[in-house]
Amino acid sequence: MDESVIDRAVYAELRDTTGAEFVAELVDTFIEEGPGMLAELRAARVEGNAERFRRAAHSLKSNGRTFGAVKLTALAREFELKGLDADPVRDVGGLAALEAEYARAVAELKALRNG
Amino acid sequence: MAEDTSRVLIADDNKVNRLLLSRSVELLGHRSAPAENGRLALEKLRSEAFDLLLLDIEMPELDGFAVLEQIKADPQLREVPVIVTSSIEGLDNVVRCINLGAEDYLRKPVNQVLLKARIGASLEKKRLRDQQKALVRRFVTSEVADDLLQSDFALGGKWLCASVLFSDIRGFTALVESQGPEETIDLLNTYHMLMFDAIGSYGGAVNQIMGDGLMALFGAPLPLDDCAGSAVAAGQEMLGLIEQFNHERSAVNKPAIRIGIGIATGNVVAGYIGTQQRGTYTCIGDTVNLAARLEAHTKVAGCSILIDDATQRALGGSVPTQSLGEVPFKGKAAAVEIFSVMAGQLHGQS
Repeated sequence: MDESVIDRAVYAELRDTTGAEFVAELVDTFIEEGPGMLAELRAARVEGNAERFRRAAHSLKSNGRTFGAVKLTALAREFELKGLDADPVRDVGGLAALEAEYARAVAELKALRNG
Repeated sequence: MAEDTSRVLIADDNKVNRLLLSRSVELLGHRSAPAENGRLALEKLRSEAFDLLLLDIEMPELDGFAVLEQIKADPQLREVPVIVTSSIEGLDNVVRCINLGAEDYLRKPVNQVLLKARIGASLEKKRLRDQQKALVRRFVTSEVADDLLQSDFALGGKWLCASVLFSDIRGFTALVESQGPEETIDLLNTYHMLMFDAIGSYGGAVNQIMGDGLMALFGAPLPLDDCAGSAVAAGQEMLGLIEQFNHERSAVNKPAIRIGIGIATGNVVAGYIGTQQRGTYTCIGDTVNLAARLEAHTKVAGCSILIDDATQRALGGSVPTQSLGEVPFKGKAAAVEIFSVMAGQLHGQS
């Protein structure tokens, strides 16, 4: 497993304070909700809606931080702070990177949940 | 006790955050309810009782800032403690939450130990405040209680225009001597219940009870549109209730009781008087003294309600009165024209 994707200490603290069974449910919820958040980001980019874009990035950052998904958090935070780029192409590239990182985080979380 | 189960509303648009906060709150022994945005949170706060709100800032429809603003502006909600739980960027946003009345700010993901401490402190504060309010409400109307609590029992006074009403039972000493102590206390409690009812129904607040006597304020601490008219109407209602009470007393061969009422209108100094340990909200000044003198003068004049000229002018002819001429009262430099309120004309029955 790649420890740079999920900070093990953050994940362990979450599991220890709320319980392994609950964290497994929370991971499932994140897996269910994540694609919606990513789709929201893309839709906001297409629409050029800065507020919607920032809020979706914020939401993803917040969940990334909960699970210790370090890179995902950093990428989402960058979008939140920077907002929509004047050049949509650059955002599209950034979104692809974010989606890839999301997929990695989900894979790691699934492994941790089952481990 | 703060350890008792409390109801916590969790306002967050993100499902993972809602579930995690609910779990954290429940692990601390409290009950939780979710709201998916600011608008729904306000709706729930207005329709159900909550002890605490955990509030996210970034939410669709109505964000956390707007929720804080609305809570602060709503007298029914403003005492619900709010802890902001957010991962919003910028220290200025955190400061803004505190300035808008949030008790505290916790960064997400929320640390369980910190959450426990902050929830405990907020609930304890609320419990003490509720207790204080319940105590104050035993002695003053809820409006007065709210005003006092909002001003944090500010000892400073202010000038207000109000009507002051004094009343007492005629020949009460003789009555006390003719009956047992239990009967006296029973009579006083029934009498005060009736008088409180009459005064409260016209927007007045009983401010002091002195045995069989009482002092009530109309227009203080909160302004009343027609304080003189309300005070006179309350006085008439008091007489009407005493009349009914006397019917009941005569049915069991008990003597009728008579009351005298004095009402004066004008500027008063209103405030919380006493020390931080023991004090009372009251009004002082010439108007208060005059109302007390008028009440005492009802015995001399042989009428039930006496009012001063300022009250009579404020009535604007809506209640029939009869001038009894000018009377020199102790403590007043000039004689005051006084009026008797004619019996049997109930005011404000429309």
